[in-house]
Amino acid sequence: MKPAPFDWHAPDSVAEALALKAQHGEAARFLAGGQSLVPAMNFRVSQPAVLVDLNRVGLEAIEAGTDGSLTIGAMARYVAIERHAGAAGSHPILTEALREVAHPQIRNRGTLGGNLSHADPASEMPAVMLALNARLRLRSARGMREVAAADFFVGPLTTALAADEMLEAIHLPALPARTGTAWLEIARRRGDYAMMGVAAVISRDAAGRCIGARIACCSAGPTPMAAPLAAAALVGTMLSDADLDAAAEAVRKEVAPTGSVQASPAYQRHLAGVIAQRALLMARERAA
Amino acid sequence: METRQIGRPVTRNEDPRLLTGRALFVDDVELPGLLHAAFLRSPHARARILSIDTAAAKARAGVVAVITAEDLGDYWQPGPLLVPPPPIKGMTFRQRCQVPLAKGEVRHVGEPVVMVVAESRYVAEDAVGDIEVEYEALPPVIALEAALSPESPRVHADLPDNIAAEVRQTKGDYAAARAKAAHIIRRRFTYDRGASNPMETRGIVADWDHKAEKLTVWDTTQAPVFIRNGLAAMLGLSERQVRVVAPFIGGGFGPKMMMFYPEEVLVPWIALRLDRPVKWIEDRLEHFCATTQERSQIHEAELALDGAGKILGVRDAFLMDTGAYNPYGLTVPLNSQCTLLNCYDVPAYDSTFRAIYTNRTLVTPYRGAGRQHGIFVMERLLDAAARELGLDRAEIRRRNLIPASAFPYHNEVIYQDFAPLTYDSGNYAPILDKALDAIGHAGFAAEKAAARAEGRHLGLGIVCYVEGTGIGPYEGARVRVQASGKVTMATGVGTQGQGHFTAFAQVVAEQLGVDVRDVEVTTGDTDVFDWGAGTFASRGAVVTGSAAHGAAVEVRAKILRTAAEHFECAEADLVVEGGAVSLAGVPEKRITLGALAGLANPMRGAVKPGTVPGLEATSYFGPQMGATAAGAHAMVIEVDPRTMQIRVLRYVVVHDCGTVLNPLILAGQVQGGVAQGIGNAFFEQLAWTEDGQLLNASLADYLLPTALDVPRMDVLHTETPSPLNPLGTKGAGEGGAIPVGALYAQAIEDALDLPARGIEIAEIPLSPSRLWEICNPSA
Repeated sequence: MKPAPFDWHAPDSVAEALALKAQHGEAARFLAGGQSLVPAMNFRVSQPAVLVDLNRVGLEAIEAGTDGSLTIGAMARYVAIERHAGAAGSHPILTEALREVAHPQIRNRGTLGGNLSHADPASEMPAVMLALNARLRLRSARGMREVAAADFFVGPLTTALAADEMLEAIHLPALPARTGTAWLEIARRRGDYAMMGVAAVISRDAAGRCIGARIACCSAGPTPMAAPLAAAALVGTMLSDADLDAAAEAVRKEVAPTGSVQASPAYQRHLAGVIAQRALLMARERAA
Repeated sequence: METRQIGRPVTRNEDPRLLTGRALFVDDVELPGLLHAAFLRSPHARARILSIDTAAAKARAGVVAVITAEDLGDYWQPGPLLVPPPPIKGMTFRQRCQVPLAKGEVRHVGEPVVMVVAESRYVAEDAVGDIEVEYEALPPVIALEAALSPESPRVHADLPDNIAAEVRQTKGDYAAARAKAAHIIRRRFTYDRGASNPMETRGIVADWDHKAEKLTVWDTTQAPVFIRNGLAAMLGLSERQVRVVAPFIGGGFGPKMMMFYPEEVLVPWIALRLDRPVKWIEDRLEHFCATTQERSQIHEAELALDGAGKILGVRDAFLMDTGAYNPYGLTVPLNSQCTLLNCYDVPAYDSTFRAIYTNRTLVTPYRGAGRQHGIFVMERLLDAAARELGLDRAEIRRRNLIPASAFPYHNEVIYQDFAPLTYDSGNYAPILDKALDAIGHAGFAAEKAAARAEGRHLGLGIVCYVEGTGIGPYEGARVRVQASGKVTMATGVGTQGQGHFTAFAQVVAEQLGVDVRDVEVTTGDTDVFDWGAGTFASRGAVVTGSAAHGAAVEVRAKILRTAAEHFECAEADLVVEGGAVSLAGVPEKRITLGALAGLANPMRGAVKPGTVPGLEATSYFGPQMGATAAGAHAMVIEVDPRTMQIRVLRYVVVHDCGTVLNPLILAGQVQGGVAQGIGNAFFEQLAWTEDGQLLNASLADYLLPTALDVPRMDVLHTETPSPLNPLGTKGAGEGGAIPVGALYAQAIEDALDLPARGIEIAEIPLSPSRLWEICNPSA
């Protein structure tokens, strides 16, 4: 389990990193926290000829906007986001979900940008990004563009990033007042990939009526899976237990789990319904 | 005895070295000019090798040797049969042992095909990638029952079928027992494969010193003496020319026995040929396919009982997956066959097993070594019987326990040590009572009902087990008092974390009146002690412990004799205590053991004829048969009936391993065993495709229980000393792991009231997903 030979570049700036990536194209991979890429290289599943190491280019800032939005640099470590007071206040689901991501040692090194670029559908953060309607800022030597999380994840381990592009920052819009969020997952052991994970975001008006809902799941299909029909069914309701049950049942139908060594697709689908219902209950309570 | 050392909870002598990173493990061995080996392994479960092209690998910079089966010449030989089958009438046994490198055909994923030796492991792995092997993939033999079909492909083409062994053993007349039975319980059980996954994988370093003409091999083996003798014979060296060191080893669990693994045979050979030291450290990916595994069995079992729930007889027929080769003979299936009888009085038994060759990794003993299968079958049958008879689970067990007056108890069938299975001693009812009491069995029905009223699903499990331990043939120990007054003790077994450096020291200190810290134990170095079998079958404390005791008793006699001469007194007037000998009641008449050692090894003058110099003795101990330990596990769990997540609320172990040498070490052994049992029961399962590919060959996908998954447990003891050895001990290495599968199955059934729904759990391992499928068969 030793990696195949590779050239390692450690640029000091984003511009330099992008130039290297443009030069080497698909033969090069960006190295962020290395918590997925390096094991894959040790297994020789991934054999990039060139590594462009981003650990010296910055991009680690986490900025809380005055409007309640949050902008996270792609190289921000999980641990920094997890402990960021502003993030916990504006988007508590981030903190809640991050505690389920692997183990503290991995969260000390792993980065949000690296995780999203890796686009593992079993990972928590892509689903949370869908639920939070994140905007992802992509940069190349050619310029900058912004894509919605929903458009970023295009398949298992596949994103909208072009060969010369990197994820630079993640922008999370502010959550409306009276919004409750919840992350719930079922894993075999603490820190394992979830067999099913559900992000629930519910907004209510002053009278308690649901005015917005977003639901997204991990380990539920080839990409992080939103459950738009379930969410739409909640809008306009008073979020009664029966309303939540119906939405959970819709989630169960909307996911498309493919199964893993740990869980059959039927069990995963069953779990989606169970924990969607529990996550929605938590979110409703928090939206009060 | 002046000071009792046996039975004290002494903290471990070896821990300061281990905990501060100063203990030597095989991968710590660094030598000038060290080369590194890597192996090209079969990607197919079964395939014909059409061609091997190593030209590019040989041309790579830094590559020193690329070796195929053809290059091995006469050194290419199937490995030895490590444990020959016992003489059982009418048995079939067809031996096919593993080969160093595949020739012509590969028989399991991970079988080595080419060895590369290079200046670094990186280069060696790069060169492995350069090698081109052309295979013709063949349909593999994977599923056990399909392997018996006449249409099945054969793992070994020269055999008529895939049957590696067939053994029938009987006790009493089962047919007669069945004819008079009031109840017949018949079930099918499956128990699937797992891997032991020690923290340290296998590894070997070999160094040929051409000036001394001596080969030194550091090896993660549990049986260094066997490996030394075997390697010397294979390599055409004298035993004096080979030193095998089994240093600190991070877990053995059976698969590190005297296996003569391909790598273990090839690395010393190439080191000799190249006249350079060579290292191979197994990586985790290799471990999953190249280190032996255990557990796949399918049982069709039947229990005959009278109207009161007394067992009249058991019939069992089972299939056992032995993998592609069977160097370890019949140890695992014999353990299953014998241990099924458990702690119960079973007058009639009729058991047949067939060991089946498959295109999967080899099966050899792994902690429990087949015992858990037998226990699972018997305990599950009793649970079903209890329901049919309307008896409490504990009550049906109590009615069948072998009474204390019935020991030694003869089970008649032949055990793995070739002796008729006899339980030397035991007292089982107090074990069961203590476990029931500690888990709160009497109040559990009310507790369960109260929890259910809150929507919580609690379940209780209570199961019994026996553990055959401490088998022969023998071990030895040498004990010496040094001039410093400190004591050395050496033995031939290897050590993999059992606390040998402390437990053996206690046995010696008990006799010699020294501090346990002043006894320096050496294990696993054939230049220090080279007689013995090895660490397996829960035999270290029993067999090596007894040899250490014998040697220490002899040294104590020498101490007394020498001191009596020195003080010109009777031996009975002497006190051996605090590292010195003194005259009873005259403390100023005192001589240290170090000074006595000097007197026993004089520089001048004449010694009496027949005197053996020094305060030293070597002793050997071979038990006439194994000692049988016993115990009961009980637990209370909570199950989320929607997600099938399980939380263990209470866990109780009551264990009887005779005399306890060190309760602290024993508790560690038991807890570690339970942890491994929990892994086996609810986390660990090797997932194979139909074409023999392993789907979860990493620790991200093969789930070992972590600290969070293993509950705190109460470990309680009863002590029924074994009459078979001077210490009265029985082994404790495997008991913790043995009954856990049966315990989980029973507790889960209880928590979810499955029998009332017509559902029984008849398989291990389980998982939330599998449990959900079992409970929702139509989903």
